[in-house]
Amino acid sequence: MSVAKPLPHDAAHLHVTGQARYIDDIPTPAGTLHLAFGLSDVAKGAITAMDLAAVRAAPGVVAVLVAEDLPFANDVSPSVHDEPLLAIGEVHYLGQPLFVVIADSHLAARKAARLGKISIKSETPILTIEEALAANSRFEDGPRIWTKGDVDAALAAAPRRITGRIDMGGQEHFYLEGQAALALPQEGGDMVVQSSTQHPTEIQHKVADALGLPMHAVRCEVRRMGGGFGGKESQGNALAVACAVAARLTGRPCKMRYDRDDDMIITGKRHDFRITYDVGVDADGRLLGVDFVQMTRCGWALDLSLPVADRAMLHADNAYHLPAARITSHRLKTNTQSATAFRGFGGPQGVLGIERVMDHVAAELGLDPALVRQRNFYAPMADGGLSAPQGAAHLPPEDISPRKMAVQTTPYHMPVTDFILHELAERLLETSAYHARRAAIMRWNARQPVLRRGIAFSPVKFGISFTLSHLNQAGALVHVYQDGSVHMNHGGTEMGQGLFQKVAQVAASRFGIDVAAVKITATDTGKVPNTSATAASSGSDLNGMAVANACDTIRDRIAACLAQLHQARIEDVHFAGGHVHVGGDVMTFAKAAQTAYFQRVSLSATGFYKTPGLSWDRIKGEGTPFFYFAQGAAVTEVVIDTLTGENRILRTDLLHDAGASMNPALDIGQVEGAFVQGAGWLTTEELVWDAKGRLRTHAPATYKIPACSDRPDVFNVALWDQPNPAQTIYRSKAVGEPPLMLGISAFLALSAAVQACGPHYPDLHAPATAEEVLRAVHRARG
Amino acid sequence: MEITFLLNGETMRVTAQPTVTLLDWLRNDRGLCGTKEGCNEGDCGACTVMVTDDSGAKSLNACILFLPQLHGKAVRTVEGIAAPDGALHPVQQAMIDHHGSQCGFCTPGFIAAMATAHLAGRTDHDDVLAGNLCRCTGYAPIIRAARAAEALPSPDWVKDIPPVVDAAPYAPETLDELAAYYAANPDATIVAGATDVGLWVTKQLRDLTKPVFLHRCLDLQQISVTDDMIQIGAGVTMAAVLGKMGEYHPSYAELIRRYGSDQVRNAATIGGNIANGSPIGDNPPALIALGATLHLRQGDTLRQMPIADFFLDYGKQDRKPGELVTGVTLPRHAPDLRCYKISKRFDQDISAVCGCFNISVADGVVTSARIAFGGMAGVPKRAAAVEAALIGQPWTQETVTVAARAFGDDFTPLSDMRASADYRLQVAQNLLHRYFAQSTGQTATVLEVSA
Repeated sequence: MSVAKPLPHDAAHLHVTGQARYIDDIPTPAGTLHLAFGLSDVAKGAITAMDLAAVRAAPGVVAVLVAEDLPFANDVSPSVHDEPLLAIGEVHYLGQPLFVVIADSHLAARKAARLGKISIKSETPILTIEEALAANSRFEDGPRIWTKGDVDAALAAAPRRITGRIDMGGQEHFYLEGQAALALPQEGGDMVVQSSTQHPTEIQHKVADALGLPMHAVRCEVRRMGGGFGGKESQGNALAVACAVAARLTGRPCKMRYDRDDDMIITGKRHDFRITYDVGVDADGRLLGVDFVQMTRCGWALDLSLPVADRAMLHADNAYHLPAARITSHRLKTNTQSATAFRGFGGPQGVLGIERVMDHVAAELGLDPALVRQRNFYAPMADGGLSAPQGAAHLPPEDISPRKMAVQTTPYHMPVTDFILHELAERLLETSAYHARRAAIMRWNARQPVLRRGIAFSPVKFGISFTLSHLNQAGALVHVYQDGSVHMNHGGTEMGQGLFQKVAQVAASRFGIDVAAVKITATDTGKVPNTSATAASSGSDLNGMAVANACDTIRDRIAACLAQLHQARIEDVHFAGGHVHVGGDVMTFAKAAQTAYFQRVSLSATGFYKTPGLSWDRIKGEGTPFFYFAQGAAVTEVVIDTLTGENRILRTDLLHDAGASMNPALDIGQVEGAFVQGAGWLTTEELVWDAKGRLRTHAPATYKIPACSDRPDVFNVALWDQPNPAQTIYRSKAVGEPPLMLGISAFLALSAAVQACGPHYPDLHAPATAEEVLRAVHRARG
Repeated sequence: MEITFLLNGETMRVTAQPTVTLLDWLRNDRGLCGTKEGCNEGDCGACTVMVTDDSGAKSLNACILFLPQLHGKAVRTVEGIAAPDGALHPVQQAMIDHHGSQCGFCTPGFIAAMATAHLAGRTDHDDVLAGNLCRCTGYAPIIRAARAAEALPSPDWVKDIPPVVDAAPYAPETLDELAAYYAANPDATIVAGATDVGLWVTKQLRDLTKPVFLHRCLDLQQISVTDDMIQIGAGVTMAAVLGKMGEYHPSYAELIRRYGSDQVRNAATIGGNIANGSPIGDNPPALIALGATLHLRQGDTLRQMPIADFFLDYGKQDRKPGELVTGVTLPRHAPDLRCYKISKRFDQDISAVCGCFNISVADGVVTSARIAFGGMAGVPKRAAAVEAALIGQPWTQETVTVAARAFGDDFTPLSDMRASADYRLQVAQNLLHRYFAQSTGQTATVLEVSA
């Protein structure tokens, strides 16, 4: 069977030879035009005049469009229609598109776009959390508040109260391929759009609205993205719509790709958060009550900020049972880029909040932070479940959570029935030699005048499913040709995660053929309609099931046909090893397909899947928003310089739960990459806006994602390969987002190293740049 | 301009505007779209190509490489790294086998950088690949691939021989010729490696006035070492400076190891880094601390000065119209030199603070001190008050603590996106403590520690 094999990425050969095509590599018809936006240079104000004469007169310019020139909807919002493609009367952030230049080359468009003379009556922008709170500038009518139990009573009765705050910055996606789209006008006003998007159906929808057409007149295709990470869930809308409108106007193909600086200035990033906490604990560090206030800057438009902020609330518990909890969430509206989806979708921010609490509690009580975490874990999954340890059980050193304990619930009242972190954590602490190394580090630190090391353990429990329940569906289209080759299509998009290969492995397994016989094809709204974004880590869960469903339909038809021809029972028809066994006869799969064709059997089928068992009330904060939880844990060791704050990761050990992995090589790739990306978020990646609201870190010269040498010197990554108790495709688990939160272990290790500098809890904030680490060293020393 | 070079083994004779970049030409004119644009400023490496000249093959960023800079060179892109019959280069096969690509967009640049290093037998993979950003893999599988390919031979098809070409009017072949032209045309734009000038074109969208390209001017590319001095021509690349400094000034070499990336160091010149007068260039603090002498030439008139005197004010240098920086002379021996680069990221980042210390101690007493910083003022500048507070004092923690306070007299740094003023000043002071700790044999930097 082809599932569970560590096959390379389906396009690996194309990648290494430079043949893999991205939007800007697709050969374009003669006469293709190129677009660039003219951007606002102020963060807030009213447009009083736009003199675009010099733009129109610039070499190569074919046309220039402003809001009034748009024929139909001027809207690229993925949610509440609050995001015009081109500004209407007012500007809301520095970098907002005001006009679009259509020119005969990318360079000519870029040059012309800088020639606009825009008069804006500037107003004081709302930039910070404080400013937004003071102005009551927010989305929704007030904060969302979810509660479980009587948190005030729990806090009042707690033997110890600990309060604090953590600020965490946002994160630029820095997909290596910037945003790009190409619109190709068709006969009768139809439009085909090639887009670097995680959400082809939304591109189709927004383009159709912008052209005043039904969705059937627009087709969106995407073969691959050069990275997405959530940054291409909604942020590609503007380019696709601009290209389509320009193509309609000129009758010529139109292409747009952002220069890197424009990309970083225009598009949204991960939401930054401030989380304050007031917690009550017992003497052993067990949480009795937790009161969180989460504040996030959503930027100027809503985009996906509500579900992002919801998911931050949904992960305020991470892996820990909170007997009483209140989570208050402020979604603040600021004159900055509209913050958007980014791998984890608010989850990482919520998780970092509770991990800070664990760190702070352990520091105040003088306990090993790993022990405090284990003591607060949810009760383990009942014995005998599918994920019960198959080998020797690694029991905790003390009775941390009685195994007979009743099922515990999350702060949103969902029972946690698949919790495996007790065993997983114990295994990782053992293989990483956490306890011995922690002791050795304490001895080492005592001898060092300048440097300090720190080590930290952190777990993740991440809820899998879109919290907007209707998105948890997927479709597929599979054809078997008469030579036995298979054409596979589904609604998921490939952004590097290996989804296409995993799903091809599913298809191959269903037919018992080699994966090479399955042709992976570009995502296409004309083949599979009404797709959900490839997001929420759901790609292989949803599309794998849908493809399996389509394949099974065809397989069953072939089986019925052959059974009849061979006078065998359908149950005696088997597909394996590239052959079909019918009773005592054997034929190649190709022969079987040809036979079915001659028997006039349909060899094409759609497939469909919807996730079962979900119900969720986001206003009440109550229900079962998730199908299951993906879990994992990390141990990371760092070293800091107390003179400069410079810091490095020295070693990381990861143990991650991918269920029964459909492709261990691709899954480990996701885990490694997510860790480094998560660690980057919390260390070197710093977004800096100035007092005017100008993003000062708008290129790789100033915004520093991890480079090669920033990965841990020692990097041990393994999968916890037990099947998912939930009935997912081949009992695998989603793996795209959850391991990003393993990067939090690096931040906590830095906190540990800083704590070794002095008696005070250092309140380390993120990103822990060298400068922030040095500040924290001073706070630790007092 | 007429430009002649090899592209994947085939001779190209191209007429192009001087500001056309190799990347745009490959993608737009040749339809070779394997080489990618990731940032268009030389910071991500997605556009890396292999360029061979008489000194061998090197990796360069095609996005800030103007076509005239290729005159007389051989270019190999990702399309030319596999054999014409499709046989893969060992690094390509290893990248497949070790799952080194995910989204694949950075991969062609990695392949070009890896194949170039492979040809040179280099195994310092972290340094080789510091200029190639990957957002998907976390780099670990790429390094596994690079290691796996180490022992395999480099295939013949990637070994280029640069073409013999005629001199081109835009690329003077001698210093005399260059100096005469520049004196007569002081509005000309001198283009050495284009790691800075390239961004004038790709980001500021400027046109270049009378560009003159230095890569054929071998007179400027010499390094000579005497008993007590090292002379480095202004056109020597930072890669070549790194090679030489490893021998004579290892701490300066370690600074250069973290200067830009391999691709940037293969293009950038020491003269360019000095002449552009940036307050955050990494060479000037080291050269000031070394007491280097700068050489200039205007027509036939030669001048020299202590390098610190060259930097008059922010954006203003002591260089006359039509006058060239031709080189720098520095002492061969400076065992007390230590250079410290503080940045958000260790590799390929611009310094928030770059501090270079050259303090001599005899019989427990400081006999001389040359301390220079970048990132602390509008120019690279000496810490005169700190030096004064050290000289003649016993070399002790107490002296260092007292002297460090004088940094506040020497510098009033700014806050920006790289660091705050407070942090810069505090780090400057603390780097003197680091220097002292290291002089007493302590482990004082995180790069010295492993798990």
